[in-house]
Amino acid sequence: MSPPPVTPVSARFTRTPLVVRKERQQAAVRLVLLAMAVLMVLPLLAIISHLIIQAWPALSWEFLVDVPRRGMTEGGIWPALVGTVYLVVISLAVSAPIGVLAAIYLNEYARDNWFTRAINLAVISLAGVPSIVHALFGLGAFVYAARFGYSILAASLTLAIMTLPVIIASTREALAAVPAAFREACWNVGATRWQTIRAIVLPNSISGILTGVILQVSRAAGETAPILFTGAVFFKAVQRGDLFPYRLTDQCMALSMHLYTVSTQVPNVREAIPWATAVVLLGAVLAVNAAAIALRVWLRNRKRW
Amino acid sequence: MDASTPKIAVQDLSLAYGGTEVIHGITFDVRPNEILGIIGPARSGKTSLLRCLNRTIDFVAGTRVTGEIRIDGADIRAVRDVHALRRTIGMVAPLPVGLPLSIYDNVAFAPRCAGLTRRAELDPLVERCLRQAALWDEVKDRLDNLGTALSGGQQQRLTIARALSHQPEILCLDEFSIAIDPVTTMRIEDVLRELRREITIILVTNLTHQARRLTDRTMFLWNGRIIELDRSEVIFSDQPSRKETLEYVNGIFG
Ligand SMILES: Nc1ncnc2c1ncn2[C@@H]1O[C@H](COP(=O)(O)OP(=O)(O)OP(=O)(O)O)[C@@H](O)[C@H]1O
Ligand SMILES: [Mg+2]
Repeated sequence: MSPPPVTPVSARFTRTPLVVRKERQQAAVRLVLLAMAVLMVLPLLAIISHLIIQAWPALSWEFLVDVPRRGMTEGGIWPALVGTVYLVVISLAVSAPIGVLAAIYLNEYARDNWFTRAINLAVISLAGVPSIVHALFGLGAFVYAARFGYSILAASLTLAIMTLPVIIASTREALAAVPAAFREACWNVGATRWQTIRAIVLPNSISGILTGVILQVSRAAGETAPILFTGAVFFKAVQRGDLFPYRLTDQCMALSMHLYTVSTQVPNVREAIPWATAVVLLGAVLAVNAAAIALRVWLRNRKRW
Repeated sequence: MDASTPKIAVQDLSLAYGGTEVIHGITFDVRPNEILGIIGPARSGKTSLLRCLNRTIDFVAGTRVTGEIRIDGADIRAVRDVHALRRTIGMVAPLPVGLPLSIYDNVAFAPRCAGLTRRAELDPLVERCLRQAALWDEVKDRLDNLGTALSGGQQQRLTIARALSHQPEILCLDEFSIAIDPVTTMRIEDVLRELRREITIILVTNLTHQARRLTDRTMFLWNGRIIELDRSEVIFSDQPSRKETLEYVNGIFG
């Protein structure tokens, strides 16, 4: 019996026409994908550069800490800036704990039955509700039914309802990324569910949970409709640079709302002011997102499996 | 407790996932301080049976367990503290799982969950468990390294150390040697022979040689039924009472 013929090595690794065609294909696909990636970045750069160029004359420290003057045609944005901080902090102080705890229940405790499925469905549907609907709900529920009136409280709670389902969804995702084998290993040695969650699940999902929450900061800061209906006003007289100008029952100014006002409602505004307001809003949002990314990277470097 | 009381008494145990029954009314005893081998082809219900013993099957949605399991005469469904029940059983899963904690914390986790927190008590316990799992010499200088950063075989031994850390009376090993080299396997087998003086061991294995070496009795489980349960000399001889056993042990099953 003769051995089977062996293809010489040189022949097995030559570039046949098929190989050449595959290489061309590779290059083409790569080029198209790269082009799309670049295309995606272009509008962002365009927006930012245009904004900054337009806003340049008005941008200054003064602009941040001064109050609007001369019927909002001049001056700064302090009351709106502080108002936005109030709204974001209070709304997340409500929605983050509730959302995270609810997600822990749904992911770690709830059995897969009709009740759980109904809650899941509700969460998903709520996440898809347009903000204007949340606005109407907030008006009915918090301003009128709960008698909070048009106030920071009512507006914050409306924003909280809006961000809640997204926080639940992102937290669940972070929890689900912790391998089930870890939980089983803990249960096998007699750990309770809560001991397992505290020792293993939470420490290893905290980066995802926090990122999800922080990303909702930008959403809460950017929305206009929910606060317009429930507690934001065009103008509110406030001391320049005052850190705590509002009470919970006050109405307040907010950046998103202020941008709308100075762009469309007030005549003869100094031209750079709306642009500068937009830059501050965008800058705040981007700063928060950057913080989220930094936090994620930092926590991921400590990732333990 | 007199010597004739079985350590574990399983009576007419059935288990269904969803609507599908996978264990069909099995009855057997495990005697104190014996090593009981369980052999059987894939999907015969070996792992599921172990999960019934420590009631981690409760975590799987849609399961139905009927029949009775008694440990030292006590019905495990009636125990007051299911976590204490799980601590009387050490469970070693087939795939190594190092928890994302330090090596020390991996072993100290279970005692801590049970309320033991003093370093003076934990330190010797951790050392003893790691020694028993034949891991101490390799990790004694880096106990604060991550358990997940160990090699697969080391993680498996870490799993064994963890299963011993809550001082179980029963140790269940589910194909523990899949990820371990033969030399280490032999060391752990020696440890098991040591341990049996104090505890009862259930050894699920597909290595018939291992079962033959270690076990007093062996149960052949097939499709959720016990085909044969007898002294290992009989099961692995050329004349077990069932011809399926002979065929399976000799690898001509099917
Ligand atoms: N979580 C589960 N949900 C549904 N069915 C399951 C589940 N776990 C196991 N089963 C089924 O139960 C049967 C027995 O599985 P089990 O894992 O107990 O077998 P095994 O004897 O351990 O197999 P192997 O030797 O492959 O580990 C199989 O038919 C399997 O499909
Ligand atoms: Mg198995």
